Amino acid sequence: MTGTGDREVLIEAKDLTVDFRVKGGSFRAVDKVNFRIYRGETFGLVGESGSGKTTIGRAIVRINEASGGDILFKGRKIDGRISRELDREVVQKIQMIFQDPMASLNERAKVDYIVSEGLYNIGGYGTEENRKALVQKALLEVGLLPEFASRFPHEFSGGQRQRIGIARALIMSPEFVIADEPISALDVSIRAQVLNLLSELQKTKGLTYMFIAHDLSVVRFITDRIAVIHLGKIVELAETEELFARPLHPYTRALLSAVPTPDPRREKGKKLHIYDSNCHDYSKVGPEWREAFPGHFVLSDEREFAEWAGSSKR
Amino acid sequence: MGDTILSVRDLVVKFSLRGRTLTAIRSADLDLYEGETLAIVGESGSGKSVFTKTFIGMLDKNGRVDSGSIMFEGRDLAKFSSEKDWLEVRGKKISMVFQDPMTALNPLRTVGSQIAEVFELHRGLVGKAAERGAIEMLERVGIPDAGNRHRQFPHEFSGGMRQRVVIAIAMACNPRILICDEPTTALDVTIQAQILDLIRSLQKDFGFTTIYITHDLGVVANVADRVAVMYAGQIVECGTADEVFYDPRHPYTWALLSSLPQLGIKGKPLYSIKGTPPNLFNEIKGDAFAARNPRALKVDFLYQPPVFTVSPTHWARTWLLDPRAPKVEPPEIVRAMQESLAVQDAWLTQDVEKSGKMENPENARKAGRA
Repeated sequence: MTGTGDREVLIEAKDLTVDFRVKGGSFRAVDKVNFRIYRGETFGLVGESGSGKTTIGRAIVRINEASGGDILFKGRKIDGRISRELDREVVQKIQMIFQDPMASLNERAKVDYIVSEGLYNIGGYGTEENRKALVQKALLEVGLLPEFASRFPHEFSGGQRQRIGIARALIMSPEFVIADEPISALDVSIRAQVLNLLSELQKTKGLTYMFIAHDLSVVRFITDRIAVIHLGKIVELAETEELFARPLHPYTRALLSAVPTPDPRREKGKKLHIYDSNCHDYSKVGPEWREAFPGHFVLSDEREFAEWAGSSKR
Repeated sequence: MGDTILSVRDLVVKFSLRGRTLTAIRSADLDLYEGETLAIVGESGSGKSVFTKTFIGMLDKNGRVDSGSIMFEGRDLAKFSSEKDWLEVRGKKISMVFQDPMTALNPLRTVGSQIAEVFELHRGLVGKAAERGAIEMLERVGIPDAGNRHRQFPHEFSGGMRQRVVIAIAMACNPRILICDEPTTALDVTIQAQILDLIRSLQKDFGFTTIYITHDLGVVANVADRVAVMYAGQIVECGTADEVFYDPRHPYTWALLSSLPQLGIKGKPLYSIKGTPPNLFNEIKGDAFAARNPRALKVDFLYQPPVFTVSPTHWARTWLLDPRAPKVEPPEIVRAMQESLAVQDAWLTQDVEKSGKMENPENARKAGRA
């Protein structure tokens, strides 16, 4: 699947930068990040806490404002000042699923309202009956019963609450869904259910996902391509299996080697790589985004690039 | 394998909740061997935390050990009633590292004084001597510049460093058993790997025995010599890590392994466990997992299975091991695990220095995912 040139680009980030104002200056959470997400794929964004992965997601749904660069949705710029029609379209077509289902649902609202809130915001759902029908359909699609609409969030388990969070996104008929660590707060046995639901919905509705996570082993199962982000910069991007088989950047290696896999012999035989940012010498020339193999990019300077890409030639 | 250091038999723990009785631990058995690392795994609510809390007398007020025994150094911990008894054991001989280093430390006191306190209480050291002990301990758990940093407060430390401080406190009395309750759940993966390594190296130096409580089977595979699988207040399977991962026998262990996304095959739905764990307020008849087990036998709903021995180190509570039981094959993913034993992405096993050279990834992939 290396020939990605002819596929439709749904989301594109061009030199995306997000600064936060802090006491006495600003803090750069996302630093000139570039990527494209193609229609129908699952794009993984992986990094540790503080790497800026969530901020990128929030910048795309415009919770955090981009301070530099552009975000394009189907080729149109959606950050900064945009027309009212485009704004409406973006609000509808880009949806987000949050990490902690215990914290992301309004405790004082019934499920009916929680799921409908997006509809209320953009309007145009027709009659009250029509809205109720939409809510019922969304609940059924995520495997909940329609009569749950009259209940409150506290009556549900963690897995069910995450389904409500998914129904709330689905009701808007989105094209692009950002899932921010959707399973990390769930119990092991529930994770499989939620992952199955997400991939089933992707098939039936042709959704495109951006899957934000810190756990690379889960991401391997669900994503088509992965971008690894470290301190606000994407350091490596490749197709999933390619990345696991041939990680180039030392940070990617450190991250991959640190993730425990449920296989004792593998775990006990592996070598832990530790990333030390002093291994780069960027004092004279800064690193650039280079393509080592088709579709496999790595942030590197010339010397590193020659070493990493050269030694991995087939 | 060392001598038995702790031996639990038929332990029953009950809680009183709003006038009703909940049986959290239903007759659990466990032997812990000197110097080993045992991991207890299970879903939330399976009772794994409650089980180990009975070893240090830290059950909540409404809970009590109803019956059974916990033998440690010739004494039955299950019979302990007064705080005085517990002070002999808790923190001194059996210590605990808690999940969240943010809440395990006192935010109002310097980290040094929190470690020194242990030396004062348990070893009778005072003043400078206790402080020196604290600094040594901090150095041992890898806090740089411990001589100055012991005067800092918990909020001045990162999450990983804080967990190191918690470990230093737990280690201060040189305990015989260290219980780690989800020690890395709140941490980033690279920090997690470092903390697991730290505990491993401390164990090597001090020779204590470790119990890990975790739901992360990746962590289990990384650290454990032996694994105990817990379900609905009972240990349903116990064996060496290799036995439990590559040759599991209990249907619940099968289900748990099958549902892991890490072992899933792309494009195919993951196995998911149907239903919910049983309500522990009610009496459970038969095998507690029967209702969620698609391969359950009739007898599973009627009688509780006894312990069946698979090997000298491996046992499980399931009727499937009874000689009269029909032959039931474990699910596909579990069988696949046995076949794809220890297949690594090639670069991962190489020495870090020469990691520049790598094998053709196509071969590794074919071998790994065939």
